[in-house]
Amino acid sequence: MKSTLFASLCAAFAATVLTAAEPIKVGEVASLTGKEAAFGASSHRGTLLAIEHINAAGGVLGRPFELFTEDNQSKAGETATVARKLLSREKVVALLGEVASSRSLEMAPIAQRAKIPMISPSSTNPKVTAVGDYVFRVCFIDPFQGTVMAKFAKETLKAKRVAVLTSVSSAYSVGLAKYFKERFLADGGDIALEQKYTEGDKDFKAQLTAIRAAGVDAVFVPGYYTEAALVTRQARELGLTLPLFGGDGWEAPQLLEIGGKAMEGTYYSTHYSPEDSSPKVQSFVAAFRTRWAGETPDAMAALGYDTVLVLAGAMARAGTTEPAAVRDAIAATKGFAGVTGTTTLDADRNASKAASIITITDGKFKFVQTVAP
Amino acid sequence: MTEFLQQLVNGLSLGAIYALLALGYTMVYGVLRFINFAHSDVFMVGAFAGLYLAPIVPSGSILGGILVVLGAMMVCALLGALIERFAYRPLRSAPTLNVLITAIGVSLLLQSAGQLSFGAAPRAFPAVFPARALSIGGLDFSSNQVVVLLVALILAVALRFVVFRTKMGSALRAVSQNPRAARLMGINNDVVIRFAFLLGSGLAGAGGVLYATNYPSIDPFMGVLPGLKAFIAAILGGIGSIPGAALGGLLLGLVETFVSGSEYSTYKDAIAFALLILFLIFRPAGILGKTRVEKV
Repeated sequence: MKSTLFASLCAAFAATVLTAAEPIKVGEVASLTGKEAAFGASSHRGTLLAIEHINAAGGVLGRPFELFTEDNQSKAGETATVARKLLSREKVVALLGEVASSRSLEMAPIAQRAKIPMISPSSTNPKVTAVGDYVFRVCFIDPFQGTVMAKFAKETLKAKRVAVLTSVSSAYSVGLAKYFKERFLADGGDIALEQKYTEGDKDFKAQLTAIRAAGVDAVFVPGYYTEAALVTRQARELGLTLPLFGGDGWEAPQLLEIGGKAMEGTYYSTHYSPEDSSPKVQSFVAAFRTRWAGETPDAMAALGYDTVLVLAGAMARAGTTEPAAVRDAIAATKGFAGVTGTTTLDADRNASKAASIITITDGKFKFVQTVAP
Repeated sequence: MTEFLQQLVNGLSLGAIYALLALGYTMVYGVLRFINFAHSDVFMVGAFAGLYLAPIVPSGSILGGILVVLGAMMVCALLGALIERFAYRPLRSAPTLNVLITAIGVSLLLQSAGQLSFGAAPRAFPAVFPARALSIGGLDFSSNQVVVLLVALILAVALRFVVFRTKMGSALRAVSQNPRAARLMGINNDVVIRFAFLLGSGLAGAGGVLYATNYPSIDPFMGVLPGLKAFIAAILGGIGSIPGAALGGLLLGLVETFVSGSEYSTYKDAIAFALLILFLIFRPAGILGKTRVEKV
């Protein structure tokens, strides 16, 4: 009896192995721990949700997706190591990631050399996709984001003289500051002074004191949330009541935890808002909340979700998972309606889409307006 | 002028934290002649001890703040004594280089253990002292900066009192001058060394909490940079000298702040350290250090 049960189990197992399609291996490099862990974790949750949705609907080309995730601890140098590991050991056919531009720039040459398509969900520095024709992104780029914030500062904040506080060790921050300045000066604005800091700095009072002495209308802080929150806090301690504003690097719950009351009346641009009433956004928000214990998805989560859908769409159109064909199909992505708006990839493999402006009132993120490209 | 004074206030409050940390480096160097690289991570543990103590004391009151600082000091003093007992004492007769490498090992151990138990993501530090924005004659600062300066001053004075006015302090100075002669005079060197670690690590604990109240984002690697700066402050002031460490800390904080506030903010660390190198070329023993002639 026992042996027959065993034999039938064996047979059943063999049958499933034979009938189940071989999974499509996809690699993801994410900053799940370390400084930008909030971004990495959000993006990863969005990615995972999209993969589960696709697999529940039967997968792509009749095959399920299998996700291999590697953590780079938000550290420089680590991304290259784990990306190589995903390629050589797991033999993934596509790479997803990273959120931060500096780390995507580490990963891009590796994907390019291996001729494996890579899609970054949210690295906005233009240099990322310039690495080669296998590197894509589904978000807008810094020139656009810088332009939007310059326009916003001039038209909505009515600022004439602005100070910029840049992190010199982050490609994202330097790029965003550059495009902001170009547009703001072109529009007849005045950049009173530009102060610098290094990633990991905690004390910004010296720079802020110089900014205070310069007498400006607003301060542009193109950095990530940890520094942005500390900068804003110290600015308020120095008696600076003017508006501070930044880019999508600000968007994380930690901005409010660290910054506290100081964050009131600050602004940033981002890729989407969960308050957007479009049915696409609302059904995504509902699904995300069910999957992740009531958590509201932020822009990183939405971009992580869209990244997988863009990849899946391209594979379906290509009819194969062969990297070169998938690359061509991703490059041909046109009018893809995702959670973060309509994505069309241009000749430089960048997405062009609208930006949302968010403000902070009563300790909560509030949607202000959308700015189209 | 207002800008200059404001930068002075900024620099002093930053320097006070470097000073607190530098005192710990200098004390250990004074008695054992080696740099305790794990000191900056004890500082980090102090900040996390504060994070976990904050919810159980009356929040946002002066009493609560003092309790958090004292609690973190005790946790760190204990940790410092444990590190000394299990990592450094077995190497007491080994060459200094071995102890130095062990210190680096303990430092990495604390960072990794911190990452495991506290998580690697930055955490927000609660307001343990009542925070108020103060404005006097165009100078703006937070009450936290005043607290940092006050606590640093009180602790530095208390340390000076302990070292120069108590029996334990005399023993400490005796061991520092000549460990063998001290032992011949009936001083138990192990007890004295443990005492130095208790004191130095306690100061690091207080520094950790004060740093976190001013810059309320803490993570297991938060000690690395301030630790390096404080180590440099200790050398700048003259390693082994207590007032020297305090002076070095304040000086480094001021230089860093004035460079950051100028148009050369990109080169903040480069300029601060170039000044340091220049200074040490002309005064290798530091500001208050004694030049010792090595006899061969």
